[in-house]
Amino acid sequence: MSKNINIITSTVVPIHIENIDTDQIIPARFLKATSREGFGKNLFRDWRYQSNDENQPKEDFVLNNPTYSGRILVAAKNFGCGSSREHAAWAIKDYGFDVVVSSFFADIFKNNALNNFLLPVTVSDAFLDKIFTAVEEDHTTEVEVNLPEQYIKILSAGEQESFDINSYKKTCLLNGYDDIDYLLSMKKEIEQFELQK
Amino acid sequence: MAKTLFDKIWEKHVVKNIEGGPSVLYIDKHFIHEVTSPQAFKGLEQRGLPVFRPKQVVATADHNVPTLNQHLPIKEELSRIQVQTLKDNCEKFGIELYGLGHPFQGIVHIIGPELGITQPGMTIVCGDSHTSTHGAFGAIAFGIGTSEVEMVLATQCLMQSKPKLMRINVDGELNKGVVSKDIILYIISQISASGATGYFVEYAGSAIRSLSMEGRMTICNMSIEMGARGGMIAPDETTFNYMQGRLFAPKGEEWDKAAEYWKTLYSDADAVFDRELNIRAEDIEPMITYGTNPGMGIGISGHVPELNEVAEKASFEKSLHYMGLQPGEVLKGHKVDYVFIGSCTNARIEDLRMVASFVKGKKKADNVEVWVVPGSKQVEKQAVEEGIDRIFEEAGFMLRQPGCSACLGMNEDKIPAGKYCISTSNRNFEGRQGPNARTMLASPLTAAAAAVTGVVTDVREMLQEQ
Repeated sequence: MSKNINIITSTVVPIHIENIDTDQIIPARFLKATSREGFGKNLFRDWRYQSNDENQPKEDFVLNNPTYSGRILVAAKNFGCGSSREHAAWAIKDYGFDVVVSSFFADIFKNNALNNFLLPVTVSDAFLDKIFTAVEEDHTTEVEVNLPEQYIKILSAGEQESFDINSYKKTCLLNGYDDIDYLLSMKKEIEQFELQK
Repeated sequence: MAKTLFDKIWEKHVVKNIEGGPSVLYIDKHFIHEVTSPQAFKGLEQRGLPVFRPKQVVATADHNVPTLNQHLPIKEELSRIQVQTLKDNCEKFGIELYGLGHPFQGIVHIIGPELGITQPGMTIVCGDSHTSTHGAFGAIAFGIGTSEVEMVLATQCLMQSKPKLMRINVDGELNKGVVSKDIILYIISQISASGATGYFVEYAGSAIRSLSMEGRMTICNMSIEMGARGGMIAPDETTFNYMQGRLFAPKGEEWDKAAEYWKTLYSDADAVFDRELNIRAEDIEPMITYGTNPGMGIGISGHVPELNEVAEKASFEKSLHYMGLQPGEVLKGHKVDYVFIGSCTNARIEDLRMVASFVKGKKKADNVEVWVVPGSKQVEKQAVEEGIDRIFEEAGFMLRQPGCSACLGMNEDKIPAGKYCISTSNRNFEGRQGPNARTMLASPLTAAAAAVTGVVTDVREMLQEQ
């Protein structure tokens, strides 16, 4: 797993569906592992395969369509709703994505993604439509996600939009820091807080 | 300055505010279970860290456990390893485990309150999105991911940005046959599955105040289904009466001191919320869902929306295709194959009592299989003591052993492909109860009515008969 994010330029994989919940991203029956690795092969499991059979891919699903590939996943609004399972972020990252773009993310998913150096980029509904349209017209369309400058750009069209991220999280992602590193550095203050509580 | 209930608890738990970033928030209680904790413990081991405050962590096995023959070793290998891993980690790190076979075992959000571990004014987290349940006691309680589980194990703290605050007031008298599950399904149907994302919700109003603690927990439990990180209700006499005498609740002088503080936990009269929503209790009828997210709910006398009534047609059509339903279809009278009464939403003793008092002397329809899965060993024991188990047996309902069960179908309790299940659980997502299973969410009362008739039923018509 790459432990920092900077500028990512890539073709995109579009999933034009709203309210994609984490049960679709990774169904509960695949949560039985005790390690973080290997969830990518079951990403979108029941949308990818007929009758739970890896030998029967559903051809109309985008991950089975060789036309689309890349490190950026683009999905319609309210992505990652439902269960708090971090396995969803692990599966997306493990499959090979570094960025998810949507017009709206569920809160817990967003935190889980950030904690795994998977960048959630929230764009306007209008800009999301522009990406979907651009990719529909030309699947080789490249998108640049620029974390230092906080913008996302459809390269062929030259269209771009800025995105928000809090400065603390941005520093973490650019430098590969974990929240846990920060919290551990605060041990003394936490102990002090407990005494006063 | 006027403060909300949320503000009062939040401010007491901020260790530090980071400039331009989140706050370091102190966590009082941390519940863990077998599915979202193993990688967190592994992380601690890799960093060579102990659990910082093991006495503030409580563990149980619920998501992955069988609900029959719990005294036997778990058959499925991966599930067995996961449950064993929890046991090993708890022993190694000094954490109290209410595992399989323990008289306190059960669904994590059921055992916390019933043991008196969940208390007003606390910050509570768990690697499970339905942690919002505990907010019914006037606590800040929310679900977290596994990396965050690791942070809390290591430091008893989390990095959190303060959410926006929403208040939902439900005022008036509930109609006959309408229970707390219908209130929350109604609210979600009104504001959609993403309508409260970014918010913490406080539920208030006379209809909420009139609910028991069990009813309040059902409401707070499903806050996440409209995107809210958590839900909460200010504690009152109902809360204190529920808590008094519970195993881990304060006793004697400590109780008096705690109760004095708890009584200060309410939103001040002129406190301002980022958003406020008013609901008339009289507008709510028994609810049922027709689609594949909990926002897709309708009153039992209504119909599935027509195509021209929805904004996002592609997602709507995909959803109806999955459910095998048509736009405009009336659900009343639709065939049902399974009824599941259970989950952290509706598997408390009050839910089982509600179902038992309705089905007493009735029998299930031949075409329906009915599973009742109590939320905990304590609920199971109480059901037996009250004779509820015999009522279920006579009705042809199967009373199983505690666990999350068919709510998420992680163990073998799965609804077969294509079958319709009326479920008292919280999610109707595609494949949630098993690959291609079709879930309709409803209250325990509506579920019980369907169990008896074998079709989607307006329970109010049967209550009139009684």
